[in-house]
Amino acid sequence: MRHELLLTLAAMLVLIAEIFRTPGKTSGIIIFSIVLFAVVTGIGFFPAPTGVLFGGMFQNSPLTIIMKNILNIGVLIIFIQSYTWLKKDENLEKSGEFFLLIISTLIGMNFMISAGHFLMFYIGLELATIPIAALAAYERSKSQSAEAGIKLILTSALSSGILLYGLSMIYGTTGTLYFSELSSLIGANSLQILAFIFFFAGMAFKISMVPFHLWTADVYEGAPVNVTSYLSVISKGAAVFIFTIVLFTVFKEIVDLWQDVIYVIAVLTMTVGNLFAIRQKNMKRFLAFSSISQAGFILLGIIGGNEMGMASVVYYVLVYIFSNLGAFGVVSAIISKTGKENMDEYNGLYHTNPKLSLLMTLSLFSLAGIPPVAGFFGKFFLFAAAAEQGFYILVLIAVLNAIISLFYYLLVVKSMFINKNENPIPGFKSDFMTRLALIICLAGLVVTGFVSYVFEFIRSLSFGL
Amino acid sequence: MFALMAGKNMKQVRITAAIGMSLQLILAGILVYLYLTGRSAGNTEQMMFYEHYVWYESLNIGYTIGVDGISVAMIALTSIVVFAGIFASWEMDFLSKEFFISLILLATGVFGFFISLDLFTMFLFYELAVIPMYLLIGIWGSGPKEYAAMKLTLMLMGGSALLLVGLLGIYFNSAAEGSALTFNIIEISKHTIPMEAQRFFFPITFVGFGVLGALFPLHTWSPDGHSSAPTAVSMLHAGVLMKLGGYGCFRVAMFLMPEAAHEMAWIFIILTSISVVYGAFGAVVQKDLKYINAYSSVSHCGLVLFAILMMNETALDGAILQMISHGLMTALFFALIGMLYGRTHTRLIHEMGGLMKVMPFIGVCYVIAGLASLGLPGLSGFVAEMTIFFGAFQHTDTFHRVVTVLACSSIVITAVYILRVIGTLLLGPVTNSHFNHLKDAVWYEKITTVSLIVAVAAIGLAPLWLSDMIGDSLQPIMEKLGILI
Repeated sequence: MRHELLLTLAAMLVLIAEIFRTPGKTSGIIIFSIVLFAVVTGIGFFPAPTGVLFGGMFQNSPLTIIMKNILNIGVLIIFIQSYTWLKKDENLEKSGEFFLLIISTLIGMNFMISAGHFLMFYIGLELATIPIAALAAYERSKSQSAEAGIKLILTSALSSGILLYGLSMIYGTTGTLYFSELSSLIGANSLQILAFIFFFAGMAFKISMVPFHLWTADVYEGAPVNVTSYLSVISKGAAVFIFTIVLFTVFKEIVDLWQDVIYVIAVLTMTVGNLFAIRQKNMKRFLAFSSISQAGFILLGIIGGNEMGMASVVYYVLVYIFSNLGAFGVVSAIISKTGKENMDEYNGLYHTNPKLSLLMTLSLFSLAGIPPVAGFFGKFFLFAAAAEQGFYILVLIAVLNAIISLFYYLLVVKSMFINKNENPIPGFKSDFMTRLALIICLAGLVVTGFVSYVFEFIRSLSFGL
Repeated sequence: MFALMAGKNMKQVRITAAIGMSLQLILAGILVYLYLTGRSAGNTEQMMFYEHYVWYESLNIGYTIGVDGISVAMIALTSIVVFAGIFASWEMDFLSKEFFISLILLATGVFGFFISLDLFTMFLFYELAVIPMYLLIGIWGSGPKEYAAMKLTLMLMGGSALLLVGLLGIYFNSAAEGSALTFNIIEISKHTIPMEAQRFFFPITFVGFGVLGALFPLHTWSPDGHSSAPTAVSMLHAGVLMKLGGYGCFRVAMFLMPEAAHEMAWIFIILTSISVVYGAFGAVVQKDLKYINAYSSVSHCGLVLFAILMMNETALDGAILQMISHGLMTALFFALIGMLYGRTHTRLIHEMGGLMKVMPFIGVCYVIAGLASLGLPGLSGFVAEMTIFFGAFQHTDTFHRVVTVLACSSIVITAVYILRVIGTLLLGPVTNSHFNHLKDAVWYEKITTVSLIVAVAAIGLAPLWLSDMIGDSLQPIMEKLGILI
């Protein structure tokens, strides 16, 4: 419960600080919020009590705590990255809102992850979704941003409706919504299978799995880049966590059924996401589609349905946070300095901004699963989890997809290193905050892979599932 | 141990790179010496200098390293080629710092691969060796470099995709029911992987490594990649990286899954004989010097895989010798071609002629490389090919006889293209008057060629110590393959 309380406290403090702010003048609130959140993140790492609250509605296990900590780290990086962008004149006025909205979605996600009851799960899900729509429409003067907001809210509403319909069927057939009781009650009843499919479809919207991914690219492109990175990393990560937990606990009796479903969806998600990503010219859209295919890889960990799968999913989300935020960090730094977001404008970037290009390359390699960065380890464990259950063909399809993804990641590398450009993006020095965020990502990329303790720790916690 | 040494060498300028690599070469020499004295002192362990650090405990992944005679030989080969490669790219002026860093990263991957005894670490180093290739070819290459770089990277990564599945398959079958799974090659070799698993994973693993070893029909990255790469990279790639494929086929696919290897060898024997002959014919019709060499590499590497599949001690011995000999000689070729191209700005053989008169040093070296390639006694090529065919002929059935004769015919074809090149390129009148002013090799180019030629000749004249060193280490593998001759 500590994470949720701390976050609520932080949200309130930000609100209060907002009141006492001298209008139009200081950027103090940005610094204040970042420092505050850093403290919250830090406290999250202290050992916390585990157990069940509210008569089983809320459960806290070491695993959910580590999940929340992972999300906190990601949000902290995003906050630091947003510093430059928020300091712009048109955003300064409403910078408090940015923090407030993100923190409240984070509270929602935390409740969602810790849910022990579908009602709690649903409340958390909604709390995690609605403020994001406001965030996507954050740059309200831009029509693209407003469009992104409305698209997001409509698709979320639809997916929530489908999900609720599924939940009502579960309640109708079993008479309870407690996870602990449901796990023994759900069997091969056909209405329950229908309920599972509705639940699955609802979650698939959130994780943007194919064929429920159509909203992703437009929203990602329209929303401000920092919100996009939040959507593609944190929001997706949280949804993956709870999805995994529910599949492994509530639906564990029909594991054969959902393995088949995930098999097909995983292949579709990876392949379609990849094939679309190849054709993208806009960096934000490009990363959007690549993040769709990343979701497909994550499904490989889920399909194992075992302890290794759980550990590899959690670990991969951590790695994915560092890699994707590294890539988004570079994109965001370049957008805020020059406003350029197309791939061919990156031509010759290495000659003017070698450090940014190197970091971008490492992040992309990590997304593609190339050693020595952490993505290699993450992918390897995901594949190992699927292979443990004998899904060798699926692993083969996945690795071939990883090669396709390597192709388009290399296209970016190529434009940065090899292509010539008459007027490349001029060399610039980023400010302290941007660099700090990028350094954290870089450290994460290197450390999480080589230091086996991270994975071993997550794995040791997955036992209690 | 060696990975660390290579790691320390990541300094910036060419001097440092050269010093680092010389150091590396000396260390490799010391390693060979220590190894030989260790063995003669009666050390009969399978792997020497064995070290093991637990890395990912729950998956039983370790950083396990150790060397036997084969890996020692491969490390020595790598050090020589890298050493020569550094000098061959002495005049690299565009982004030279990045060039040397990538080159050394590539070398790190190769060294790491040869010393790894853990499948996971081995795979990691393998990918580490492949990725810098993209930048090395893409940035510093020539011709259709972007296409070649992309093709090469994707095809090799495709190979590694198969490999990953194969390795996971081996891992999950690596121990009897109930005991701990492991990635450690030595541990796995003590256990027999179930036959049905072997049937599925042997071809996957073999093809996965075979892509890198230019197994027909997956060799097409090789000509494009080699011809577009800068000199040092061609040297390293043809000389060393392609050997990763052969070494892997042999150390992982055959060693760990011997039963399936026996059963399926015939498929791959046919493919490799096609490689051998097709590569040689391919080389005959090419006009570009680098393409000729790339195809001849396909042919020679095909011979390596061919010999491995013969599965007797003589042929395996020959396979390792051929890896080393081809590594040295092809590196020499690519270095010389780089020098010629740097002077004449063409690689088409019909545009050159009479270069022996203008550049006697390079000319003579080229002749030596050519003769080594076609297997003249006294040079390394002869020893290797002789051993391979001798081993292959020990099989008395018709199938093996036929493919062996076919593969032998490649020697003749090799002679055709080598002599044709030497004839038009070096001998005869000087066709282009501009060529009259060209200078002969300078000191750093001489270091490159001489070091390689010395090694080629050393193996050719005194092959026994090397062959013994390899032969000792073949024992456990032969036992595993169940054919002691």
